[in-house]
Amino acid sequence: MTKKMIFFVLFCLVISGCSSSNASEKESLTLLNVSYDPTRELYHDINEAFAKQWQQDTGQTITIQQSHGGSGKQGRAVIDGIRADVVTLALAYDIDEIAKNRSLLPTNWQQLLPNGSAPYTSTIVFLVRKGNPKNIRDWDDLVKDHVSVITPNPKTSGGARWNYLAAWAYAATVNRHNDAQTIAFMKKLYGNVEVLDSGARGSTTTFVERGIGDVLIAWENEAYLSLNEVGKDDFEIITPSLSILAEPPVAVIKKNTQRRGTNEVANAYLSFLYTEKGQEIAAKNYYRPRNKKILRHYNTQFPSVKLATINDFGGWQHAQKIHFTDGGLFDAMYQ
Amino acid sequence: MSATLLPEAPKQQKIPKVHNPKTPTTTKEPLIVQWTLIGISVAFLSLFLLLPLAMIFISALQKGVVVYVEAITNSEALSAIKLTLLVVLIVVPLNTLFGILSALLISHHHFKGKSLLLTLIDLPFAVSPVIAGLIFVLIFGAQGLFGEWLLNHDIYVIFALPGIVLATLFVTVPFVARELIPLMQSQGQAEEEASHSLGASALKTFIYITLPKIKWGLLYGIILCNARVIGEFGAVSVVSGHIRGLTNTMPLHIEVLYNEYQFTAAFAVASLMSILALLTILIKNVIEWRSKEVSS
Repeated sequence: MTKKMIFFVLFCLVISGCSSSNASEKESLTLLNVSYDPTRELYHDINEAFAKQWQQDTGQTITIQQSHGGSGKQGRAVIDGIRADVVTLALAYDIDEIAKNRSLLPTNWQQLLPNGSAPYTSTIVFLVRKGNPKNIRDWDDLVKDHVSVITPNPKTSGGARWNYLAAWAYAATVNRHNDAQTIAFMKKLYGNVEVLDSGARGSTTTFVERGIGDVLIAWENEAYLSLNEVGKDDFEIITPSLSILAEPPVAVIKKNTQRRGTNEVANAYLSFLYTEKGQEIAAKNYYRPRNKKILRHYNTQFPSVKLATINDFGGWQHAQKIHFTDGGLFDAMYQ
Repeated sequence: MSATLLPEAPKQQKIPKVHNPKTPTTTKEPLIVQWTLIGISVAFLSLFLLLPLAMIFISALQKGVVVYVEAITNSEALSAIKLTLLVVLIVVPLNTLFGILSALLISHHHFKGKSLLLTLIDLPFAVSPVIAGLIFVLIFGAQGLFGEWLLNHDIYVIFALPGIVLATLFVTVPFVARELIPLMQSQGQAEEEASHSLGASALKTFIYITLPKIKWGLLYGIILCNARVIGEFGAVSVVSGHIRGLTNTMPLHIEVLYNEYQFTAAFAVASLMSILALLTILIKNVIEWRSKEVSS
């Protein structure tokens, strides 16, 4: 029996040895993209197109591996040592944190690619149930009594921070930048939140699959995806009068790619997002492309809306400090 | 076992005397109470055990057998299954070995710090799996205790197989040991002492005396350990990094599929895990039945 057991242990070690050597062989031809929640479908398409292109240009086959999760959590994983070649996260703050904590990439990363390293943009819209039974048209309607709102937690979700800031931008404009009134509006809004999930995709599942809530505050791309995946007969998209320009940035994690020898392909991968093909794929996945020509082509899908930007909040570092750190405004209003 | 059976034997003989259809005993409830109690337990079991189980299989097969087969044979699902089985192959033997050794130590020997060892073995039961995962991030993460050294030597522990193995190992430490310790303590070591005094070596004593005595308990512990290794979610989720086709185990793969609106595929993989669980229960019952037969 012990002999058998020893054999068994040896057998396991051999197997694990084989599998890890297999893995290292594969690693030379792989790229790891650590991304946030709602980009699963986008990067599925991008990866396929890029692998094809790369094969044509260089003759190399490349496998792109994906990891998805809440933006903050994913940034944390990179800091803790997941060997990402590129990150494609929900907001610049999370990539700043990587640069700050581990200096895996230069602090001026945002200037290394066009458009502040954000190849596509999105905005925040409402998803309501078919026929819009609660007659939700704008942010005002979300603070009414008996309206149940679904949005993720801004402390953990990048998308949720955009939601929060979009609502704030609206309330500040309506209240002529009176902070007390704006905070009262936000307090009422978050008082109406029925489920505060930790990630954007979790909130979508709560609203769409579990049928909880009257309105989901969501990324525009996530809202369209819900329509297409679950059925156009069940939901409607409402675009509010004012929203925010969400710019999900991308960056090469230079220290990792240098170590792994994937620098060239990682840069090519992110540049591919800016090509016409890449922009077309982004638009098809309901991200607003930067390329004007392609944006025009999809203009029915992307209604023009008045957009606040993160600069109105003094940039991400400032917004994070005022609103989302422990003991910040969000903590004060959501208790 | 046989010792506990003996005192009951006289009772069984008495029963026919007391039992008389004309004078109902105090233990005999009215028919309506009996049926209500049976009804409640059956309803409860069907609602909370059978219905969810059935729902898994119904949802899995909702879009037909072709979709089902595709869902469990595509490359991401296969790699998740492979990874899970690989973790089982590494973790279960190691914890079996540790379980046997620690149980031998604790039940057959007296030493200082024995109760401390017992407490330590129980620790994984008390600690939340998420904390277990975080411990390893703190030790092996890039900013952790050994982070810098590991990075400089290109050794990947967390967000790779070793991290998943370590986290699972931690969570499943108590299963075999906890099964064996009370068993070995109650059995005593008279036979082992006899064997020693006749000149048998420790290894020989273990193989010919101890192992046959504990084999059913041991198997039971291994099965419980195995079930937990396959199903562990929390600790693995923290250290896995969720890289598809590389560090997603079966439970993590199910979560990924569910979050991608692939509900049928998610339930297909879930049904595969349920089948594994059902098989485990089946084997467990066979073992219980066999061990009873042996001991009686």
